[in-house]
Formats: sequence, C-alpha cells, structure tokens
Amino acid sequence: MEGGISEFFAMGGYAAFVWPSYAVSGLVLAGLFFVSWRELTRRQALLDRLQAAAPHRRRKPKDPERT
Amino acid sequence: MNRTATSSQQSGSLHRFANPARFLRLAQAVFPWSAGAMALCIAAGLYLGLFVAPPDYQQGESVRIMYVHVPAAWMALFVYANMALASASLLIWRHPLAGLIAKASAPVGTAFTFLALFTGSLWGKPMWGTWWVWDARLTSVLILFFIYLGHMALINAFENPERGQKAAAVLTLVGVVNLPIIKFSVDWWNTLHQPASVTRIGTPAIHSSMLWPLLLMALGFTFYYVTVLILRLRAEMLASRLRAMNRLAAEEG
Amino acid sequence: MSGGGAPIRSVVARDLRLALRQRSDILTIVLFFALTASLFPFALGPYPDLLQRVAPGVIWVTALLAVLLSLERLFLADYEDGSLELLALSPLPLEAIVLAKTFAHWLTTGLPLTAATPLIALLYDMPASGLAVLLAAMILGTPSLSLIGSIGAALALGARRGGVLIPLLVLPLYVPILIFGVAAVDAALSDLAARPHLLLLAALLAVALPTAAFAGAAALRQAVE
Repeated sequence: MEGGISEFFAMGGYAAFVWPSYAVSGLVLAGLFFVSWRELTRRQALLDRLQAAAPHRRRKPKDPERT
Repeated sequence: MNRTATSSQQSGSLHRFANPARFLRLAQAVFPWSAGAMALCIAAGLYLGLFVAPPDYQQGESVRIMYVHVPAAWMALFVYANMALASASLLIWRHPLAGLIAKASAPVGTAFTFLALFTGSLWGKPMWGTWWVWDARLTSVLILFFIYLGHMALINAFENPERGQKAAAVLTLVGVVNLPIIKFSVDWWNTLHQPASVTRIGTPAIHSSMLWPLLLMALGFTFYYVTVLILRLRAEMLASRLRAMNRLAAEEG
Repeated sequence: MSGGGAPIRSVVARDLRLALRQRSDILTIVLFFALTASLFPFALGPYPDLLQRVAPGVIWVTALLAVLLSLERLFLADYEDGSLELLALSPLPLEAIVLAKTFAHWLTTGLPLTAATPLIALLYDMPASGLAVLLAAMILGTPSLSLIGSIGAALALGARRGGVLIPLLVLPLYVPILIFGVAAVDAALSDLAARPHLLLLAALLAVALPTAAFAGAAALRQAVE
C-alpha cells in the first residue's frame, strides 16, 4: 500500500463517492439485520411472558410431514 | 415423498423440513455458521477490495465502488428469483413455509436493490458525469425496486395473512419477466451501462485481483441473506403462534 | 366447449350494459383526460416548440392515469354484491371471465380515450404524421393497460385501502407500455421508423393477454375463497 493514510482516505479524489457508497451500504445492511434481530427477540420475549402467565396448554401435535 | 433436488434451494430439500419445528431446529443450527461466514467473507472482501486490489486504469479509485455495487445488484436479482420460486411453491404445491420465505426475503431484496441504485448513482457520477440516466438497465432495476415495494405493501394489506401471501405470490410471478429484461437489457439495447464482464462464457474479462474481492463480497452478501432470512422467518413463525394464542384467548373470553 | 362463445359474450354484454347505464362514468374519464392534458400548457407556458416536444408524453401519461382511476371498479361491484362468487362457480373458466370483463373495461375507457385524443393533439399542435402513429400506439397499448390493470384490481380485492394499492402494484408494470408508446410517436415525428416500437407494443399486448387471464383468475379465486 503506497502513500499515507490521508492518501488512502482521499481515494484519488473520489472520496466523496467511494466512502458514502460503503457507509450507506454498511448502514442499510446492518440496520436491517438489527431490526430483524430486535423483532425476533421482542416476539420471543412476548411469547415467554404469555406462556409464563397462563397455564401451558397442550396443543394437538402437528402432522410431521405436511404437504 | 422424494423429489430430486434441483438447482433451486426450495423444492427438493425443503420438503423434508416442511414441518415447522424441524425447520426451526435446522435454522437455529445453521444460523451461527451463516453469520460467521458472512462476517468472514465480507471482511476479506473489504480488505482485498479497499487495500489490495489496484485502482483501475481509466476509473482510478472510483472502481472500488464496484465491490459493493455489483454484488448488491446480483443479490437484488437473486433474492427476487428465490421469492419467485417460493411463490410458485406456495401457489402450486401449497408448501407451508413458502409464503413465509417470500415474505421474509422481500425486505432483504429491497435493501439490495436500493443499494444497487444508490451506489450505482455514486459510481455513475464520476464515470458518466450524471447521477442518473434513463437507460434500459437502470430503468428496469428501478421498476424492480417498485415491484419489491408493491410486494411488501400487498402482503400487509390483508387481515388474513395467508391471503396476503398468496396475493403477493401472484404479483411476484407476474413481475418475474423483469429479471431477464434486467439481465439482457445491456445486450439488447445500446445502453450507457457496461455489458457483462464476469458471467461471460469463458474467462471473465476482469483481472483476478479484482475478481476475488468481487466474488468474496457476493458470497458474503449471500450469507447475509441466509442469516437475515433465518432471523425473519423465526420472527414470522413466532408471530403466527402469538396470533393463534390471541385467538384462543379471545375465544375463552 | 360447445356454446362457449355465447356465455362470454353475455358477460361482456352485461358489463357493457352496466357501464352504459352509468354513461357519466365514461364521460368523467374522458373529461379527466382532457382537463389534465389541458393543464400542462398553463403550467409550462404557451411555447409551441416545447408543447410539441412534450405532447406524446403528456397525452400518454394522462391517458394512463385516467385508466388507472377506473380500475378499482373493474371487479369491486361484483365482489361486493356476490356476483363474483357466482361467476367463479359457473362452468365458464375464470380466465375467460377476466378477459371478457377486461374487454368491456377497455371499450369504456381505452377506446373512448383514444377517440378523444385527436382533440387533445390539436391543443398541442401535433402534426398529422405523429397523430396517426399515436392513435395506432394507443389502440395497441390501451388494451394492455386494461389487462395489466385487471391483475392489480383483482389482487387488491378485499385489501385495506385497495384504491391506493392498485396504482402501486400496476404502475411499475405500465412503464414499458409508456416507454414504447411515446417512443413510437417521437420516432414518427422525427421521420424515423415507428414500426419497431409499434411491434413491441403488439408483443406486450400478446404477453399481457395470457398473463392477465391466468394471474387475474388466480387473484379472483383467492378473493372469493
């Protein structure tokens, strides 16, 4: 890798295009990941709360192979 | 009931996991591996793309945008293709998980399509001098973006979730004609966007020092899709259990 | 299927009778088209060159929007009063019913709009060569608008805010028709060949026919299940 850190960040003059591309990509993908994660943990917590509050009912066993 | 495994990941192997409980166990087992592979591939791809790969002869350092733009575009199409397979699975064979797979995939596909458009715009400005151009490929990718949005709106527009999934399945299949248009538009029409250089038959017209980060990022994005898909599928299955519990509680007053 | 023609004709005839009973609906659509197209000269300024350049696009977009507005009622009345369930149970295939209703829809929207187009073209001072191709393009293109629109209308039956949902579903699929419809006229006005674009419009119509039949029927089945 030639040049110093500042040259790396300048990206040959294209910094204004390259870094926002990577930054927005990272934000969008990380954001979707965390939103999905949070939705899952919230629902799991809600389910746990409901099952702890009410007596656990026996449900009819589902058919193992359903097509 | 055995079906020969096809190239799609949907029809053959998934039939064994039509049982939701079994599928959940599989998903939970796969998840850490998929997440790990995602992190590794993306880290390696970023390292190679930003530090090791050389700048382009003509485009200079701006070519590095390619390492997010092209994989995002590939994923936009790949996720839609999966949604189309899931939709066909739902409508034709009534596969119980197919509707949920399509629903869970849509936000991922939408995100990748947006990123393809956004990074493409940032790449186009220094390359072509303009943020946007109404050529065949960009227009059809924009249409794909709107179809994704329509899919999400449709699936959530009904009280009955199954009705929403089936309606969205029809929409997905109608829109599938857009995929070959996107793929071949740069060949059929004289467009500003450059033609394919990786997926040509024979050697790709791209140097290996640039090909590796590209493929690694594409692989990383694919593992990302699998990882987030698992998260969203589990959330969907929990949601339907919660709905069922609500119904039971309401019936008992 | 013996006597298959008569039931289809009766579906078309019934829809036409219902539509003609509300002649005002057809008039409203044509008026919307005319008024909206007349707005642009006020907005853009009375510059003849500019208006001639934008005319194909403006006429196509306003015609498209007029068709879009009329889509919601394509199946809604039958859905709400139960006739759709009866039609679904009839021996007539649902695919044929979709095509029949869409044909009747076109007769009350696309066709009147095409008939009104010469007047609008006059407002924009469109040369005769362009107008001829525009009319040909609209004859080829507006049926596709009704066909693709019927898919959206069928999918949105029973949905929350169906009226807003239909444009969201249908507009992305309308874009190719719009592109080639305008390109045909632009080509004719520049003394280039309009035929390739008209052929593409014909091809889109050929694809829209089976697509609307099968997708529309599938959507209707979901709505009445």
